Amino acid sequence: MSSPPITENPLLKGLKLVLWLALAIVVLAGGFVFLKEFQGNKILLVLFAVVWGVGSTALLYTVLNAVGESFPRKVRTTVLALAFAGPALALLVWFLVVPTLRTFGLSFLDDTSTKFVGLDNYFYAFTNATMLESFGNNLLWLILGTAGTVVLGLVVAVLADRSSFETAFKALIFMPMAISFVGAGVIWKFIYAYKGDGVNEIGLFNAVVLAFGGQPQAWLQLPVWNNLLLIVIMVWLQTGYAMVILSAAIKGIPEELMEAARIDGAGEFQIFFRIIIPSIMGSIITVTTTIVIFSLKLFDIVRVMTGGNFGTNVVANQFYVERFTYQQTGHASAIAIVLLIAIVPVLIYNLKQFGERKAFS
Amino acid sequence: MSQSIKAKKSGRLATIVITIVLGLFALAWTVPTLGVFVTSFRDSRDIFTSGWWTVLPHEAWSKTGEFEADPAVDVDQPITLEGKTAEFSAWRAGVEVKPGRLLKWIGNKRTRTVEISEKKLVGFGANLTFDNYKNVLAAGEIKFKDANGSEISRNGNNFADAVLNSLAVAIPATLIPILIAAFAAFAFAWMEFPGRKSLFVMVVALLVVPLQIALIPILQDFTALNLNGTYLAMWLAHTGFGLPLAVYLLFNYISQLPRDILESAYLDGASPFVTFVRLILPLSVPALASFAIFQFLWVWNDYLVALIFLGDRNRVVTLSLAAMVGEKGQDWHLLTSGAFLSMILPLAVFFSLQRFFVRGLMAGSIKG
Repeated sequence: MSSPPITENPLLKGLKLVLWLALAIVVLAGGFVFLKEFQGNKILLVLFAVVWGVGSTALLYTVLNAVGESFPRKVRTTVLALAFAGPALALLVWFLVVPTLRTFGLSFLDDTSTKFVGLDNYFYAFTNATMLESFGNNLLWLILGTAGTVVLGLVVAVLADRSSFETAFKALIFMPMAISFVGAGVIWKFIYAYKGDGVNEIGLFNAVVLAFGGQPQAWLQLPVWNNLLLIVIMVWLQTGYAMVILSAAIKGIPEELMEAARIDGAGEFQIFFRIIIPSIMGSIITVTTTIVIFSLKLFDIVRVMTGGNFGTNVVANQFYVERFTYQQTGHASAIAIVLLIAIVPVLIYNLKQFGERKAFS
Repeated sequence: MSQSIKAKKSGRLATIVITIVLGLFALAWTVPTLGVFVTSFRDSRDIFTSGWWTVLPHEAWSKTGEFEADPAVDVDQPITLEGKTAEFSAWRAGVEVKPGRLLKWIGNKRTRTVEISEKKLVGFGANLTFDNYKNVLAAGEIKFKDANGSEISRNGNNFADAVLNSLAVAIPATLIPILIAAFAAFAFAWMEFPGRKSLFVMVVALLVVPLQIALIPILQDFTALNLNGTYLAMWLAHTGFGLPLAVYLLFNYISQLPRDILESAYLDGASPFVTFVRLILPLSVPALASFAIFQFLWVWNDYLVALIFLGDRNRVVTLSLAAMVGEKGQDWHLLTSGAFLSMILPLAVFFSLQRFFVRGLMAGSIKG
């Protein structure tokens, strides 16, 4: 059943459009002013903020659609496609593409962002003692953190595959993924706590040290040890991620392959190194690159636990310190660009993988 | 996988070893959180003087009685009590006369009072309290007892306010990017427009760009727009930074929907907007849920973005907690209860919707 096409009055159509636009402007501006000025009950304020924020976004698309629908039939689909993809693209350009270029520009300017200083900021980034210390520590995080996470994740994934309590064990090891780095910081700061009265310690780590006849220490202030103990936190947080991805990959290995190997007399270790590892190599690479990127950008844990003091500084923390403690925008921008360059190989690898998938064929 | 196949895979001994090893892992991964949880309910005085594990059943000395030493005994010579002989100073410090029985001379030589202590199993005898939570949530002056029992007063951290701020930031910062990304993913997957492919390649490239690269210019923009410290600034920032993953995930899902369904909707004369709202959104619920959990946990747990764009105005839980670490580094009763409050909601979301979260994790990692 099809109804006869209704030819809408162009004037009425225009009026409807104007009304939609007016409503959108009133809701957006009115809500913003209301949120800024409102002094009453906080719970009401939060409720209003949530409804306004989400509602405005929905309204935005309704208006965009009304505008798109008013175009002549020939270009309408293209206009609508642009209207649907437009907000996302605009935000990506505003928040990621343009800032990258702007940060690149700022990295050649001085701390007032007005005078051109050439490569001075990069020279600083690669010669300053604190920066060199940070690079060294990031390398430590990258190597030990990634190795620890991937190896433990793999061990748990392989063992859990053979356990009757697989779900429960995996859920417990996965749990830290839901905890913030700041929360994890408090949890582990409490474990490393040091009282120093020599009788009893309230931190678990020092209590264990004491029980084994060792000397309790303020571990987080003890160079090299403190870096290792901070890396433990990252491994604790991320092992669950590695475990989940690798566990799924292991379940994808055909059972016949393992069966055949067993019949041929292969031991469990041979099966692990000759069958399991090669079969899930793709997932191991995925997990490793994700954790490598994570360890390069690492900030929260160091910021909360030591503030980058006692020889624990990392690049992302130095970025923050340069920009917000010393107001050295040029230095900070150069550090951000260095971080980006460190990640470029992964970016290119991703693009290559995506190209091979032919998602648009 | 069924139990029987698992049992067949490895022998009985191997199964036991595997369970023990996994059990140790599970223990190591839960004990840190458990410690914070237990501590948050302990009396502040106890926290300062003993480890949290002392609330577990363990053996401890407790006084069971006392007696007067024989007045004839010469206290300047080694003294014999219950068959053990020792100097007075040793008795003052306490002597274990037999395993599990300790005698201790109380006071000076003349009083001759000897206290008997026995080693006993103490179980769950801790003073549990909600005071720490009351104190950490409060805004005004708070009071608690230190290790010596003397009262200390501090300014509360108004954690209740921080929880509300976190909700006001996290809920819209989860829903807004989902809507925006779903519309974009639909356009990328099923509609034609100029630059479609190259723009999507841009999205893939942006997946791994570190957000440090954007913080300085965006802060300049927000300062110019007077948006710093507002919820809107956080929604915009989290939407912008979360969009690459959101568009990528939802595109992968929406582009795999069966072509027939969309074609029949088109033939019925449904507009793209109607097709999206009535058909694409309901069919994409699993993918939307996966990303929603992902984004909610990310925003709720975020520290860096909030630190830079919110500052001290409208502090969210991570900012409040980090500030407490700085100001009240040794006030473990407040830190632990604050930490636990910040974890309740993400943990609840995580455990109730773990299935969707795992699916999102897998879809988000670019397959090698």
